Amino acid sequence: MSAILVPVVVLGGLGLLFGFSLGFASKAFAVETDPKADEIRKVLPGANCGACGYPGCDGCAVAIAEGNAPVSACIVGGSSVAEKIADIMGTDAGNVVREVATVLCQGDCSKAKNKYAYAGLRDCRAQNILAGGSKACSYGCLGCGTCVDVCDFDAIHIVNGVALVDKEKCVACQACIKVCPKGIIELVPYDNEVVVKCKSNDPGKVVRKNCSIGCIGCQICVKNCPENAFSFENNLARINYEKCTNCGICVGKCPTGAIFSGLEQLKENVQ
Amino acid sequence: MNLFTILISTIFVKNYVFAQFLGICPFLGVSNKTETATGMGLAVTFVVTLSSVITWVIQKTILDKFGLQYLQTIVFILVIASLVQFVEMFLKKSSPNLYKALGVYLPLITTNCIVLGVAILNIEQKYNIIETIVNSLGASIGFAIALLLMAGIREKFDFADIPKPLQGFPIGLITSGLMAIAFLGFYGIV
Repeated sequence: MSAILVPVVVLGGLGLLFGFSLGFASKAFAVETDPKADEIRKVLPGANCGACGYPGCDGCAVAIAEGNAPVSACIVGGSSVAEKIADIMGTDAGNVVREVATVLCQGDCSKAKNKYAYAGLRDCRAQNILAGGSKACSYGCLGCGTCVDVCDFDAIHIVNGVALVDKEKCVACQACIKVCPKGIIELVPYDNEVVVKCKSNDPGKVVRKNCSIGCIGCQICVKNCPENAFSFENNLARINYEKCTNCGICVGKCPTGAIFSGLEQLKENVQ
Repeated sequence: MNLFTILISTIFVKNYVFAQFLGICPFLGVSNKTETATGMGLAVTFVVTLSSVITWVIQKTILDKFGLQYLQTIVFILVIASLVQFVEMFLKKSSPNLYKALGVYLPLITTNCIVLGVAILNIEQKYNIIETIVNSLGASIGFAIALLLMAGIREKFDFADIPKPLQGFPIGLITSGLMAIAFLGFYGIV
C-alpha cells in the first residue's frame, strides 16, 4: 500500500507546493492592462508592420487607449478600423483619407539611360553606394527591388526596371518608403490619379539627356492648371493633392509625360 | 576535481551545445539577434542554475530518502516547468520588450533538454551542492556563449553573398557544425 501512497503523497505535495507558490507569484507580478487597449488590439489588423510608429499593434493599441494616438492611428486598417476604435473609445472617427505609396519615377529600361552596367549585389542600397547607382539620372529608381523585398503585402513589383505599386494591395505601411535609398516613394491619396512621377531637381537640359519621361521644368502644367494646384521649385513641378480635382488637363499638356494619369498608363503596360 | 576545472570544462570542453548537443532548438531559434540571444542566455542561466539547486535538494532530501529515484524525471520536470512559469511572469512584469522578443521560446525553456540534462547529470556525477551550482552555472554560461557567438555570426549573414539554396536555415546548420568542430579544439585542456 505504502509503495503507491508515498509517491502519490510526495508528487502531490510537490505539485501543490509549486502550484501555490506560482499562484502567489502571479499575484505579485500581475501586469495591469487597460481593458480598452485589449479591445482595440482585437480590432487592429495584427500585421505588426509598424506604420503607425509604435512597436507593433500592441503598442499602437496601448497608445490609442491612453489617448496618445488618434483613433485613426492605424494606417493599414483605414476608415473601417478607425470607426470601430472610435466606438470603443466613444469618440468620432472623423474623415480618414486613404493613402497609398507611389513610386515617383517612370524611367524604365526603355526611357532612362544608364551611365554604367551594374553587376553587383541585387540591392538598391548597395548599388546606390556605387556612384549613386547605374542610372544616368541620380534621382531615379534603381530597380533592384529592395522595396519589393520589404513589402509584406505583395503590393510593389519591378515592372520593366522600375518599381510600381499595386494601389489595391498597398496599405500604406511605409516599409518601402523607409528602405528606398533614393527617397522616391511617397504617400499619395488613393483617389488621386494625377501625380508628377519624377523627383529630378536637375535642370531641363540634363533631364532630357538622361531620360525621356522626366520633368523638364517647363511649367506648362503650372500655367494651365485651372485650380492652381501646382507649385514649382528646384526645377520640379509638385501637385497639391488637396486642390487637385483630377481634371487631367496637365496630363494632356505635359510634353514628356512625366505627369502620370494612373489608369491609362497602367492599361498600356498591361497591353 | 576542483571547482575551477569543472567550470572551465563545462563552458568549453564539454560545452552543452557543441560537444553534448543539448539545447539545439533555442540555439537555432533565438540566435537571430544578439539582443534577444543575450536575454535568452540570461533566462536560461537563471532557470538552469536555480532548477539544478532545487532538484539536487529534492533528490537528496526526498527521493533518495523514500527510495523514489524512479520519479526523478517527472519531479524534475515539475520543478523546471514551475520555474519557467515564474521567469515568464517576472519578465512580463519587468521587461515586456524582452518578453515579446523571446516569444514562444520562453515557455519552451521548459522542454529545453539542457535544463533537464544538467539537473540529471549533476545527480549522476554525484556532485555535492557547491559542485552542482558551479557545474550548472558553467553549463548555462557555455550555452549563452554558444548563443551569442551564433547570433553574432548570423547578423553578418545579411551582408554575405550566400548561395540561394543555402540561405537562411541551411547556412545556420552548416555554421553551427563548423563551430562544433572548432570547439573540439578545447579537448585536452582539462
